[in-house]
Amino acid sequence: MRRAMIEVDGKVLEATVDDKGQALVNGQAVKPDAWKAPFSGTVFGIALNYQGLLDSKIAEFNQDPYKTPPKTPVLYIKTPNTVVGHEGNIVFPAGVDAIQAGPALGVVIGKRASRVSEAEAMEYVGGYTAVNEVTLPEVSFYRPAVKAKCRDTFCPVGPVVVDAADIADPHALEIKLLVNGEVRQQNSTANFVRSIPELISFLSQFMTFEPGDLIITGVPEGRVDIAVGDKVEVEIAGVGRLSNTVVAE
Amino acid sequence: MKHARIRYQGEVHNVAVEDNNAVRLADGTLLAEDQVEWLAPATGSMFALGLNYADHAAELAFKAPTEPLVFIKAPNTYTGHRQITWRPDNVAYMHYECELVAVIGKTARNVKREDALEYVAGYTVCNDYAIRDYLENYYRPNLRVKNRDCTTPVGPYIIDRSQIADPQNLTLRTWINGELRQEGSTKDMIFDIPFLIEYLSSFMTLQPGDMIATGTPEGLADVVPGDEVVVEVEGVGRLVNTIVSEADFFAVKNAAVAK
Repeated sequence: MRRAMIEVDGKVLEATVDDKGQALVNGQAVKPDAWKAPFSGTVFGIALNYQGLLDSKIAEFNQDPYKTPPKTPVLYIKTPNTVVGHEGNIVFPAGVDAIQAGPALGVVIGKRASRVSEAEAMEYVGGYTAVNEVTLPEVSFYRPAVKAKCRDTFCPVGPVVVDAADIADPHALEIKLLVNGEVRQQNSTANFVRSIPELISFLSQFMTFEPGDLIITGVPEGRVDIAVGDKVEVEIAGVGRLSNTVVAE
Repeated sequence: MKHARIRYQGEVHNVAVEDNNAVRLADGTLLAEDQVEWLAPATGSMFALGLNYADHAAELAFKAPTEPLVFIKAPNTYTGHRQITWRPDNVAYMHYECELVAVIGKTARNVKREDALEYVAGYTVCNDYAIRDYLENYYRPNLRVKNRDCTTPVGPYIIDRSQIADPQNLTLRTWINGELRQEGSTKDMIFDIPFLIEYLSSFMTLQPGDMIATGTPEGLADVVPGDEVVVEVEGVGRLVNTIVSEADFFAVKNAAVAK
């Protein structure tokens, strides 16, 4: 099942989406006025979770001042003001030189998860969605990336959450970024540094996930600059294609 | 006025807080402080400041920052007044941080510092505990240090902005088991509340219910299971918390889930 949140006549409704991309409410076809992000909780991001990206940074991380690559998952939070739905606008902030897209598989938590083992972690996944983890170029990974990552509209999500049962292997999904129809980034979730159950288990040892929380599982190497007017799409095989347009502030 | 969120007989209530922290429900019922479960009084994002007091920066051997060092805390780390917080097994250093919190009252974007306090609904207190053992240098301070289950007590309540004449001249104090261990003044903040609202709202929208935890002065110390830790901001509130062991915390939590 593919589930969405849509706005119709000023009301937000839960919908399902059929194979043709048609939204249905109580079995009736409905034309959405807008697509809302299809989740309701906190957004937790995992940085440096593609092996190619981490490998490209290891030499730098081994230098001064810290001389140690990360030992545990590198985590961040994207605040609610960042979230926007499918076909919503990504606002290019005034006074900023560059912003970058970030194709990522989103994991939506299905039930409360506290101290779950890796073996049982996948039972806590409700479904999967596409995320565009928009950011200012990151010059340093040493301080929390609030100014880079928590800007309004910097977290498009959707259009749908695909039920976990419908994705045979979330660690073998092709993931692409398209800008104005051209493929600019292409990778596979097979290249995660840490798998989804490893992440859920690790994080749930010290904090509790609530149903509707979203984990951004990482952005592959090769971040792409995006510009005002660009149509930016994140496509994940079997999960969906998330489309947004960049507008000036 | 003072406003709190509490749970009573399984229901969450928004309440007014009266003398001796008695709470008044919407139907007029008055309940004593120890009859209710206190929840964090706001549920938005928390923007927490690192190294926002020069003395504390020096204590940690850092140069005072030239731009605010902000990190985000999510609602799953908050807990309320008179609740428990756990010290993980096998850690060497868990410390409290007494902080004044400004609670945002209306949507704030591109606010100038001279107007900034108009966007504050009121003030509360938080104890921004940290487990130093888990500190890593990536996105420091990392979530494993700062975003742990029930490891950010907030409250007891929000006191209206109009009742705090000068938020930049309040004494902060922390006691462990009745012994004064930390004392400072909000006048020593490097970046004051109007500056922080101007700064944050210059690049993002602050929402009603978001909180700015403004940092802590020097005077940190280790806390262990059994300790009662009280953080107080003069005129704002006194927030009580008890440290328990990891095993005791999860026994209580699992029993609550089973109920």
